[in-house]
Amino acid sequence: MIVVVIVNSPGWPAVRRAFFDGHEFTSSLPEISRAFLTNVEIFCIAEGFILVVGLAIAVMRSLPGPVFFPIRALAILYADIFRGIPTILVIYILGFGAPALQLSWLPTSTVVWGIVGLVLIYSAYVSEVYRAGIDSVHPSQDAAARSLGLSRSQSMRHVVLPQAVRRVVPPLLNDFIGLQKDTALIALLGTVEAFRQSQIDVAATFNFTPYLATALLFVAITIPLARFTDWLLNRDRRRRQSAGALG
Amino acid sequence: MSGTDGVVASGRAAAPADALRLEGVHKSFGRLEVLRGIDLAVAEHEVVCLIGSSGSGKSTLLRCVNLLEPIDAGRIHVLGTEITGRGVDVDSVRRRIGIVFQSFNLFPHMTVLRNVTLAPRKVLGLPAAEADARCEELLVRFGLADKRDWFPDRLSGGQQQRVAIVRALAMQPELLLLDEITSALDPELVSEVLDVIRELAAGGMTMVLATHEMGFAREIASRVCFLDGGLVLEQGSPAQIFADPQEERTRQFLKRIVDAGRL
Repeated sequence: MIVVVIVNSPGWPAVRRAFFDGHEFTSSLPEISRAFLTNVEIFCIAEGFILVVGLAIAVMRSLPGPVFFPIRALAILYADIFRGIPTILVIYILGFGAPALQLSWLPTSTVVWGIVGLVLIYSAYVSEVYRAGIDSVHPSQDAAARSLGLSRSQSMRHVVLPQAVRRVVPPLLNDFIGLQKDTALIALLGTVEAFRQSQIDVAATFNFTPYLATALLFVAITIPLARFTDWLLNRDRRRRQSAGALG
Repeated sequence: MSGTDGVVASGRAAAPADALRLEGVHKSFGRLEVLRGIDLAVAEHEVVCLIGSSGSGKSTLLRCVNLLEPIDAGRIHVLGTEITGRGVDVDSVRRRIGIVFQSFNLFPHMTVLRNVTLAPRKVLGLPAAEADARCEELLVRFGLADKRDWFPDRLSGGQQQRVAIVRALAMQPELLLLDEITSALDPELVSEVLDVIRELAAGGMTMVLATHEMGFAREIASRVCFLDGGLVLEQGSPAQIFADPQEERTRQFLKRIVDAGRL
């Protein structure tokens, strides 16, 4: 239906020339693909940090009792602030602000500051996902672990977290698909990644097909990522159900 | 250790060595006062059954003994050591006390063997091989050897509860608390769990059971305590409590049980 409307619209011939030019597509793709590797690299590095920082924030937030109030408050403040500020602002502030401090021991690479920005933002989101997972594990599990003599941190590490993380794999992946897309924001700092490269190509030819090529590259990453999660979850379910038959 | 201050409402003269002693234990949840001054002493090798209607405080009492719930007033001693004082290492106390819950609470992401070996390995620091050996021996003893690599969700309720008991036993506790461990089971699965308790009682394990299985309490208990309104209202031998209860509330409770065909 939508396709029919688009294809029959008066501007379609012009749009088709501007966005679906086969020659432009094949000529721009290699360069954009190379630049896209930068996106993948940024994504992988940022993701590693986000998984760790997000988990740390979530665990800090789940500490009980009045003793840990300051730590809990800090974790909440962090999550509130970095979920509140638009990603693009954090990247601008860090990317242009931090190097301007002219501190010799601070890195000046825009990629580094872009990654720091993404880690700060996404760790806030991911900590909330982890926290939901931790809260979803019934308190009787912790009680059972503690009653056996496990300490609070042992119970968290061996009993609560493994169950929590398993439950939040799909929403975690959802955030990572968001992160994969947001790696394009680092282009704003001047790093030549796929989106920036496609802008350069478009500016040279006045043909928008490189944008389409970039979009396809992003989708080409996110779809396998989504299928991979499905596979992981299915495998876990199968393993648990078939173990009895094998045992 | 020896009962020099043995003026507790145990009904026994000069306790040899109390495995567990509660003195004036109070516990409230918000405005609800669940325990209103519990006095109770349990000697070593004794099997004490707590009976009483729902809400009489049986489960709360057991959870307090295991320090899963902090008490508001009173004292609890385990094998001569006060465990409710300040600066008590709760983890080391719990190491000596096993508890089995109504809802099993097995760890669903671990196999049976891992469920049972977790605490011996992480808390006692046993090497994996040694923990495995100790736990497999227990699994064999309770007829669960062929289930060692299964995950809990593949087991029947009775099997899960037996694994939960083995998990508690793997820590070689000096006192075992059993919180209505057959209440969540289908009737035909109850006996396999009770058989395990029978065997433990025969082996001299000190146990405190909260239970609705009156027939079982009558058979296995060295002493039966009737809890009502957060107090131990009456206690005595099973014969005395079930045949000749002194308190009106006890008689009413037992009459309801008999009327329901549960005794």
